[in-house]
Amino acid sequence: MSKDDQDNRHCEGYTRRGFIQFIGVGAGVVGASLISQPFNGPVLANEDDQVLPAASMVKVRLKINGNRYEVLAEPRWSLLYVLREIIGQTGTKLGCDRGECGACTVLIDDLPRYACLTLAVEVENREITTVEGLMNGEELGPVQTAFAENDAFQCGYCTPGQVMAVEGLLRKVESPSADEIRSGCSGNLCRCGAYQNIFAAADQAARLKKS
Amino acid sequence: MTTKDKIYYREGLPVPETPDPENSPEFWRQTDVVGKPLPRVDAYERVSGTAVYPSDILLPNMIYGAMLRSPHPNAKVKGIDTSAAEKMDGVRAIITGQSAEAKNVKWKYRDQQVPLFASHCRFEGEAVAAVAADTRYQAADAARAIKVDYEILDFAVDYEHALDASAAKVGGKGNLLNEERYGRGDLDKGFAEADVVLEETYRTPCELHTPMEPHGCVANWERDRLTVWESSQGVYAVQSRIAEALDLPLSKVRAVGHYMGGGFGSKLWPGKYTVLCCLLAKKTARPVKMMLSREETYLCVGNRPASTMRIKAGVKKDGTLTALEFDCSGPSGAYPAGGVQLVDWLVRDLYRCANVRTSSKDILINAGPARPFRAPGHPQGAWALEQMVDALAEKIDMDPVALRLKNIPLESQAREGAPPYTTTGLRQCLERGAEQFDWRESIKRINGHNGRDNHLKRGIGVGACLWIAGDGGPPSTVIIKLYKDGSVNLNMGASDIGTGTKTVMAQVAAEELGVHPSVIQIEHADTATTQFATPSGGSKTVPTEAPTVRNAAISLKQALITMAAEDLKVDRDELNYIGDEIVWSGDDSKKIRITELSTLQKRGEVIGVGYRGPNPEDKVVNPFAAQFCELEVNTLSGEIRILRFLGAHDSGRVLNRLTFDNQVYGGIVMGVGLGLTENRQLDENQTGKLCNRNWHDYKLPTALDVPLVMSSLPIELDDPESNNTGAKGLGEPVTIPTAAAIANALYMATGVRFTRAPVTPMAVIRELSKKEKG
Repeated sequence: MSKDDQDNRHCEGYTRRGFIQFIGVGAGVVGASLISQPFNGPVLANEDDQVLPAASMVKVRLKINGNRYEVLAEPRWSLLYVLREIIGQTGTKLGCDRGECGACTVLIDDLPRYACLTLAVEVENREITTVEGLMNGEELGPVQTAFAENDAFQCGYCTPGQVMAVEGLLRKVESPSADEIRSGCSGNLCRCGAYQNIFAAADQAARLKKS
Repeated sequence: MTTKDKIYYREGLPVPETPDPENSPEFWRQTDVVGKPLPRVDAYERVSGTAVYPSDILLPNMIYGAMLRSPHPNAKVKGIDTSAAEKMDGVRAIITGQSAEAKNVKWKYRDQQVPLFASHCRFEGEAVAAVAADTRYQAADAARAIKVDYEILDFAVDYEHALDASAAKVGGKGNLLNEERYGRGDLDKGFAEADVVLEETYRTPCELHTPMEPHGCVANWERDRLTVWESSQGVYAVQSRIAEALDLPLSKVRAVGHYMGGGFGSKLWPGKYTVLCCLLAKKTARPVKMMLSREETYLCVGNRPASTMRIKAGVKKDGTLTALEFDCSGPSGAYPAGGVQLVDWLVRDLYRCANVRTSSKDILINAGPARPFRAPGHPQGAWALEQMVDALAEKIDMDPVALRLKNIPLESQAREGAPPYTTTGLRQCLERGAEQFDWRESIKRINGHNGRDNHLKRGIGVGACLWIAGDGGPPSTVIIKLYKDGSVNLNMGASDIGTGTKTVMAQVAAEELGVHPSVIQIEHADTATTQFATPSGGSKTVPTEAPTVRNAAISLKQALITMAAEDLKVDRDELNYIGDEIVWSGDDSKKIRITELSTLQKRGEVIGVGYRGPNPEDKVVNPFAAQFCELEVNTLSGEIRILRFLGAHDSGRVLNRLTFDNQVYGGIVMGVGLGLTENRQLDENQTGKLCNRNWHDYKLPTALDVPLVMSSLPIELDDPESNNTGAKGLGEPVTIPTAAAIANALYMATGVRFTRAPVTPMAVIRELSKKEKG
């Protein structure tokens, strides 16, 4: 396992380590906001030099699956919370809310990220892709098709996250090796243990995407 | 199991009787749909994100619940101050033990009734208060702002010392909850007959279920009618527990659970959180969503208890087992919860042995109560028994597979009167499994490999098992409805917990009705609209529901034949159901298409009702299995890499090869967790608190830890006596022998008998250096 970890360290976006570095920036924003003066009324989240108290609502502009949304959010709200409970797109799942399981994996500018450790305010105007965004209308996308055909799930709760991890991998590596697939899926837990079928699905999805 | 046995998934659940079905159809010799690798009927919903799990429910005006739990393993609540929390933004309701809503509400741990909020919290995580607020963040903030004055008491969390005179008393009285004894034959005589006697003590850790979807629910009242969407393995268990707690008629409580994100036994019934969610919704007159945090799922919704097992066994040189003695202890937690439930079952029943004695001590400690966890007791017992069998084989210089083959039981020796099994596939699992695994050649290859001067050592190991249940049984009722265009609605109360229940049942209905599974609509797991079912657990959903579905389909066909007899004006006994037509046996040109039946067209639909028939009398239906493992140990770092695994499983007829194999792989992965990574760690000396309360500190097998190759070998024996489909349970046997097979492979690789699970790299290094020092 340690060897795989080393190989994976250079593969930005797939490791917990890389992820924690990324989220460190967001944590700093919140930290600063806690010692600031109260500020009333909604403001735009990305205005320069705005330091906000934690409970103030800010206007956040999100681009999700190509659609634009404007929501009022507390600066501390995770992207996951806004996706699921505010916007109502519940395909992205909450498993741990602390960056351990990957059930909430979405793509941000094509890279897999944990939506539970991403603040909504950090991803203004970034390209956010969720499992719903992989559909072609009512038709399943190639990764989703491969998951269905390979029985790559049991309860299905981790599945949207697994699908997004594989989608992210395939956007970076067109024909991943078996090791690359295992590494690409290693940030996503599946308690039912459907890993072997998930690997098979990833492999088939790579072929489906090319055809 | 026979239907008379008491089994955990029915615990505390009033179970109605269903009538016997009037027909007993012939055993399928050939099938067209059943057994085929059909992708799941709900695959689209699960991979597209459109499947709505309880945690996904969003209702108009919905608010969020959160719980405040005791941070101490043993403490009395002296006072609660909610004044600061009440003033916080968005807070809509707070309920504590002093609130009128909660005062008369009771909760049950097995037979022990307790108040919803106990003034004496016996474990870290016991409920102290509940809050509802506009957002999840506000609810959590408010719960944290409640001030509780605790009187902190001494605790006992180490079950191996909880019976010491100096140990704190969990329930005020002694910590020994129960001691069960079993015996047959003459143990002394058995040991006297043995050529080799070995004795060893084995330990398994406390394992936590941690399903991907946390426990939780959404509750909504329409005046006095309550609807609960619970992440659950059985909606009828949710309905009856909530109705009992809130003193409501069953008709006022509707429980729904179409999708759920894993349970593994921990969601067989609801929790105090469910009751509190309902009470918060009542108090605020708004729908409330209460999903537990990940940390809460570690504290208070069950576990597989740790176990300490002393086993002493005697064997003759020819491989005959002459005596088995087994003493085990394990903790229920802070309330009665079956701390040693079924741990000794494999010792009692897996191998032919005339002289057996077991004892099991269930112990109280200040920790969250256990809940059934996938094959309760069995993986623990296998860890001890299957390693002991290997050790005996080595002592008498016999192949471990051969020693097991020598002691195959044909009857259930542990049951009254030793009734025979309908089928014992254990022999075939071992023989054909060993053949496919290339067992004998692999031993030679590995001996060659390990003889070289290399820090990477290899080993192979085997483990076998049976599962006490897996037979299913009454009650179950299923309704199949035929629409006038020939499409079908299948209506059953059972939950699909991820095993593929819906898919398999659609295949059974399609097989019997001669329709394509794609025309079958499934309505399930809703107490208002579907029939009674016991929770999905015990590997009994397929053998319970599949025969019932088949009976419903047959009842529907009989109704259609009666209609055809009227249309064709012939005797109904002379009509046969062939494909989508009903044909007269006198002249096969006299026939009618189902969709042309005049009564069907006039009524618009026809229904068939199926009941689950009884299990065979005086026979036992149990699944059997053998698993084989090859692994590599890095003797410098202690790391273990599992190279391949084979699961050979006798679960009767395979109803869907895709979902069958998926269960096998998933069970092996979970068994790898028990053997190598999972271990609930309580701070025994300082605080009594849980040290590893998240997936970072409590490690599940990840994509990088699972065996590099897994294969599944179904041992399909015709079992027409078991039920009318010949299918036995699978979900639990798949995880029983896994950890033991790993341990046996570790022994071959290192020469060390790892008696304590999980075997971490640190444990490997520790034991190897001990061995080196002699």
